[in-house]
Amino acid sequence: MSHQPVAVVGIGQTHHKKRRGDVSIAGLVREAASRALEDANMDWGDIDAVVLGKAPDLFEGVMKPEMFLADALGANGKPMFRVHTAGSVGGSTGIVGSHLVGAGRHKRVLSVAFEKQSEGNAQFALGGGKGGSIGAGGAFAPFIRAYIRRSGAPEDVGWKVAVKDRQNGAKNPYAHLKLADITIDKVRESPMMWDPLHFLESCPSSDGACAVVFTDEDGGKAASKPPAWVLATAMKSEPSTFAGRDPVSPLGAHMCSAEIYKQVGITNPREQIDCAELYVPFSWYEPMWLEAHDIAAPGDGWRMTADGDTELTGSFPVNMSGGVLSSNPIGASGLLRFAEAALQVRGQAGDHQVPDAKLALAQAYGANAQFFAMWAVGSSLDPLG
Amino acid sequence: MPRSENDIAIVGYAISPMLRRTDQTETMMMLPVVAGAIKSAGLTKDDIGFTVSGSCDYLSGQAFSFVSNVDAYGAWPPINESHVEMDGSFALYEAFVRLLQGDIDTALAAGVGKNSNSDPSTLYTIEMDPYYLTPLGADPWSLHALQYRALLDSGKTTERDVAELVARNRASAKENIHAQVSGDYDVDELLAADYIRTPLRRHDLPPITDGCAAVVLARGQKAYELCERPAWITGIDHRIEPHLPTLRDLTTSVSTTQAAKGAGLDAGPVEVAELHAPFSYQELILAESLGLDADTQINPSGGALAANPVMATGLIRIIEAAKQIIENGKRRTLAHTTSGPCLQQNLVAILEGDE
Repeated sequence: MSHQPVAVVGIGQTHHKKRRGDVSIAGLVREAASRALEDANMDWGDIDAVVLGKAPDLFEGVMKPEMFLADALGANGKPMFRVHTAGSVGGSTGIVGSHLVGAGRHKRVLSVAFEKQSEGNAQFALGGGKGGSIGAGGAFAPFIRAYIRRSGAPEDVGWKVAVKDRQNGAKNPYAHLKLADITIDKVRESPMMWDPLHFLESCPSSDGACAVVFTDEDGGKAASKPPAWVLATAMKSEPSTFAGRDPVSPLGAHMCSAEIYKQVGITNPREQIDCAELYVPFSWYEPMWLEAHDIAAPGDGWRMTADGDTELTGSFPVNMSGGVLSSNPIGASGLLRFAEAALQVRGQAGDHQVPDAKLALAQAYGANAQFFAMWAVGSSLDPLG
Repeated sequence: MPRSENDIAIVGYAISPMLRRTDQTETMMMLPVVAGAIKSAGLTKDDIGFTVSGSCDYLSGQAFSFVSNVDAYGAWPPINESHVEMDGSFALYEAFVRLLQGDIDTALAAGVGKNSNSDPSTLYTIEMDPYYLTPLGADPWSLHALQYRALLDSGKTTERDVAELVARNRASAKENIHAQVSGDYDVDELLAADYIRTPLRRHDLPPITDGCAAVVLARGQKAYELCERPAWITGIDHRIEPHLPTLRDLTTSVSTTQAAKGAGLDAGPVEVAELHAPFSYQELILAESLGLDADTQINPSGGALAANPVMATGLIRIIEAAKQIIENGKRRTLAHTTSGPCLQQNLVAILEGDE
């Protein structure tokens, strides 16, 4: 959709942990950004503009932190932009950065997203700051129960997602949770948090950051490592709640992916897309998003999970990185999805690489399952050609 | 006349009443303003290709405050939408860049701030570096008193010059229906007021304002379909400076000069400049950093001293500069917006009307 082609030529992320007490917030974002610049074979001076994304400022208790982070991100004398679109913000941060290049405003743009949840109280902030929070799990569990009732999915589908994503995460050197020995039994026997979600079906709370360097067509072709080409971007929003809305399979989610498929020329996403990073903070969101993004037919998403199709070696791998279930620095979680999709088509995903991935999809969602950000990236500008 | 399909103009706008305190929610404040801006461009909500707003959770007093604001857009069926934790002028910047992708030809940008919820002297301490400055209680009054002192010590101005500037802005604001503070003031009486932080007096501070604003942008030929005399955004750029005030020369604004160059100010004179100077003396720093001469009329609206709904104040500067073209027939105007302590971040837009 961009006016001119945009390439991802640098990707960096921190080691995500429960508490990164070894660095300040500035140190955390600089760690990710430095790795992205190194990957792009660039220096701070090569960057023309910086875009910063994070979830609510109340998470760390710093208002508009991009102000004090300008120094750490080498932004002085440059444009610095701050995005906040709830849980989808990491995705939006990538999209806004890519648009700055796509519009011809800048040649090289650095998008950075972070959350340092150990410096605040995310549960307090998730409840609107008034402390009366039911938590994200409490908000989404009713949608999940409705999905199970509608689809007739067996109860072990959620457990399988929890196991699969943690096994993938164990292959990712940056992942927060490394639970290589996780089993279905361990998930089932872990404490019930928000029925039907057990403890091990829930995302962790992480400190972490992710950074992506964008450049134009010439820059992409001249890059020292293979680029990922941004083939399509889309953002959709809908109201939090009203009787005409289906929060289990939101219209905005369907529209967002439909726009991506149209831009890329995808007519059969299940067959044409090689792998996907979907924002799955609670296990059951894997089958729910497979349906809401029309990768699976309504009521059939859980069959893909149950049949092992979404495993790293399956026919449609989902969350190769280990996903949000393995690392969840909230503001960065969306950009981590977008970055993993790009790593896959660049062939740079290491032990969690899907062989010969040419076209990858990434998604992030936010608030009451009402904000959606997506992109598709390819190993070439025409991976379906 | 026809400009290229990549040229983008302001074709509609709306500004809310500027109030010291409202009991409305942000969503309630935005609803008539968003509807008004869309209507002023002769459109309906379904015609808008992209919507983006700027607001601040800490001003609203709760996390995710902008989430309910999508109700003000009538976001059903779902819409293309984004949000920045920045002034609405930066939302306009995102809308500008979004339009340049070429697939849509209209966009709405808004800014909203319910500033009555908080006490600025405590709230803005957490906008500072959380490890070194916030624990010291580095509040805006103290920081800006230091900046004002540095300006006085540089010999560039006097307290009387600044008091005259305040009186001029408040007098200009008498003609502005969106002003919260306006009227005729005697300079000697202003100078007789006590300091709140030497050399800052209360009249050097912006008022605390609840308010919002919205604009409709259109790309290419669409702008002529929606507006008789579109205000073309011929240049827009923004820059940031080091956060620590001690790392900057506070008597000048390097990032404003950089942004003005990027926006193409050098190409010719501007008849009107709407400068976002929340603290009175900052207007002088900005005028010098922009190289404005006596022929440029500064802040006919009264500026941020007349009304300061933080998160919309900057967007209102752009609207005021656009009104000069759309309604007053001016040829070339400038809008400036700022964010952060002591003018840390600055945006400059150049607006032009057709010959």
